[in-house]
Amino acid sequence: MSATTIRSPRVGESAIRPDAPAKVQGKFGFSNDMWIEGMLHGVTLRSPQVHARIVSVDVTRASAVPGVHAILTHADIPGADVYGLEHADQPVLANGIARYFGEPVAIVAAEHPETARRAAALIKVIYEPLDLLVDSEEAITAPPIHPEGNVFRHLTISHGNPDAIGDVIVEGSYEVGMQDQAFLGCEAGLAIPDDDGAGVELFVSTQFLHVDRDQTAKCLGLAPERVRMTVAGVGGAFGGREDISLQVHLCMLALRTKRPVKMEYRRDESFVGHVHRHPAKLEYRHHASRDGKLVKVEARIVLDGGAYASTSSAVLANACCFAAGPYVVPNARIEGFAVRTNNPPCGAMRGFGNVQACFGHEAQMDKLAVALDMDPIELRLKNALATGDRLITNQMITGAAPVEAVIRACADVPLPTDSSGELLELPGGAGRTAAGERDRIVRGVGFAVSIKNLMFSEGFDDFSTARVVVDGGVATIHCACAEVGQGFVTVAQQIASAVLDIDEVVVAPADTTVGSAGSTSASRQTMMSGGAVEGACKAIRHMRDSDAAAGRSTEGRYEFTYEHHHRPTTTLDENGQGDAHVSFAFAAHRAVVDVDVDLGLVRVIEIATAQDVGKIINPLQAVGQIEGGIAQGVGLAVMEELVIKDGRILNASFTDYLLPTALDMPTVRIGALIEEPEPGAPFGAKGIGESPCISSTAAVAAAIRAATNKPVNRIPVRPQDLAL
Amino acid sequence: MTYSLRVNGEDHIVSDSWIGESLLFVLRGRLGLPGSKNACEQGECGSCSVVVDDKLVCSCLMLAASCIGREIKTVEAIANNGRDGTESLTDIQQAFVQAGAVQCGFCTPGFVVAINHLLNENPRPTELEVREAMSGNLCRCTGYGRILDAVAQVVTERTR
Repeated sequence: MSATTIRSPRVGESAIRPDAPAKVQGKFGFSNDMWIEGMLHGVTLRSPQVHARIVSVDVTRASAVPGVHAILTHADIPGADVYGLEHADQPVLANGIARYFGEPVAIVAAEHPETARRAAALIKVIYEPLDLLVDSEEAITAPPIHPEGNVFRHLTISHGNPDAIGDVIVEGSYEVGMQDQAFLGCEAGLAIPDDDGAGVELFVSTQFLHVDRDQTAKCLGLAPERVRMTVAGVGGAFGGREDISLQVHLCMLALRTKRPVKMEYRRDESFVGHVHRHPAKLEYRHHASRDGKLVKVEARIVLDGGAYASTSSAVLANACCFAAGPYVVPNARIEGFAVRTNNPPCGAMRGFGNVQACFGHEAQMDKLAVALDMDPIELRLKNALATGDRLITNQMITGAAPVEAVIRACADVPLPTDSSGELLELPGGAGRTAAGERDRIVRGVGFAVSIKNLMFSEGFDDFSTARVVVDGGVATIHCACAEVGQGFVTVAQQIASAVLDIDEVVVAPADTTVGSAGSTSASRQTMMSGGAVEGACKAIRHMRDSDAAAGRSTEGRYEFTYEHHHRPTTTLDENGQGDAHVSFAFAAHRAVVDVDVDLGLVRVIEIATAQDVGKIINPLQAVGQIEGGIAQGVGLAVMEELVIKDGRILNASFTDYLLPTALDMPTVRIGALIEEPEPGAPFGAKGIGESPCISSTAAVAAAIRAATNKPVNRIPVRPQDLAL
Repeated sequence: MTYSLRVNGEDHIVSDSWIGESLLFVLRGRLGLPGSKNACEQGECGSCSVVVDDKLVCSCLMLAASCIGREIKTVEAIANNGRDGTESLTDIQQAFVQAGAVQCGFCTPGFVVAINHLLNENPRPTELEVREAMSGNLCRCTGYGRILDAVAQVVTERTR
């Protein structure tokens, strides 16, 4: 949480993270490393029921445990009893009904974490089970499980001529399982009450400081300035920290006990304590002319949002707006539903709705290529979007859109040679527990292309604030942008040093004593907070230049606070038409896989990629984002799924929820990073974090299809989908 | 119970403890050594990697009391110690910093311990051997590419 200093490389150089030395020594403080004298430990009692009426909560025995200082339930919430990023419908603590497995019911603060856990176990909750609603399709018409109904959003996109028909028509149904962000540093925070009991300070690992603050203050019944928040060392995020988890609980316990309170989730609790990637069902019908031009795309998309709204509505907008992919499609009819069920709540995860749609539209493009007897890459090139083209929302793309360039650069990467044949490099790798015939291992190659909207869409007033102070040859940046691992710490330094021509740039801790920087999500911080830093630095440069021109000293102190807004967007009209998005990024991925067709085991051999990046601020970090995003894309394709049965998560541990290891993760070959500057962005840079995990998944699925001739219409692909 | 643990070359008294406490809990919570991280508590992620009697282990899976009389080495002991008493980064740590192997950094201490142990045991590992050795450590940010690059740089430098 301390400020950091480094001699700053300029934009376009591989700046080294200022926090890296502390991190390699184990000296960097993460949120769960925090400790303060006299602190209590908080734990959460969660519903073991998926859907139940809470008949009674009896804390008598739990309260009698020595060392317990507070046990709070719904009745103790000082302010608003619900919260939510876009729409407040999620109870801080369950209010009479628990709607998902793991919903918080009570919170406990005690001298020792084990005491708190023992006390929580002694809270007697009587549940009366209710009927489960766990099928997203049924949810559309089923009796409501929440006063606000079961449909978070129903969105229709109607573009061009709805009656258009192509010469060639292909159809497909696809399904995407529930993926978890699985950041390594579990949720944790430390709340310290003000001496007068009228406010609280919270140190927490988060992506979205000011909105956490505003939601928390509302639930505490306090004015926002009474709640001060600082980003505590964040061990990864990927969307899973955009919503509130323990923020309100911690502050409630600290204010009640008048003691500092720390909470940290363990992995099993983390799996139920944050939102996940939406499971999706997609039905597609693509129409094309005989010569391979897309004529119309029809799709129906149903996203399972789980019990509460979170960002379901925006995720659905992405899935629908980009349902046709990065292609010119003159006619489209898309219908989307995001629904409420008793499944675990879903919300933001890297790729945010585009991942699900991409799996569908890219499978369709391959089907179409077969039906047309055309090379799948040629088909994509023939339909690729370019600047000046319109999306199915009728929005014209005015910025950079090098779709053809990313496809060509990715396709041009030489194919890898055969695998070494070493056991660990065979499908299944270390998990290959049956011998199998080696000549039954088949190679497949698949290709996919993606589009992602950058920054917030649909009329959201998206902005970021940066305060820059230049004093004694040192620039200090104060911005509430949450550093979650992505590398804003160097991007901010690089932009400031480039604009101001200063070598010493310090990035101060991110807290709520400066204006909002918005969320570290939507591939937006390089553009938004980078834009705010650039704006503040340009203003200071102008002040300095004016002083110099007037013969005044430029050695003094300069300060400027700049609020950067991207150009306004509109909402979508009743036909799903409108200029709802700001900028777009494109990527292409080619996957090479080996599949053991008898055992149903897959090994991803290589991912080649090319990506539209606008302008690279930090080449080393760009590569890190691309490789890391691809790992998550590969994970979704072949191994990562939260298995849900009757609303319960069956695999809430790293033993059972499998993340790619160094043996699972293939080599990544970057064919090209296409630098076509984006108008209005700092140095022309585009956000790069999400694109790598969108079409990589679809490419792996395509490669498995090519190897096996199986439909592969569901991800993650399971052995039984291939071998039976 | 009260007992003594030898950690990073020094004896530490663990007092008033419960016999069931894991080594990770004792290191982080009782001995003030938070460099070993807890991400799964099941021995799957390697974030809590330490070396006990020259063996790489997940400290979340060992009882602290079972380490009495053994040499425990944590990430806090991995440093180049100068003659003047100053500490600097080892070549492995330096390579992680320079190669972009660090993003959020939560897995990093565990990786540093594991790679340090690997290169002590096997100074010239093949890429597959490095991947195999690293497969007990999960990283969610990097996709491992820059970590492999960092290890390769160290091996090249050391064997020049």
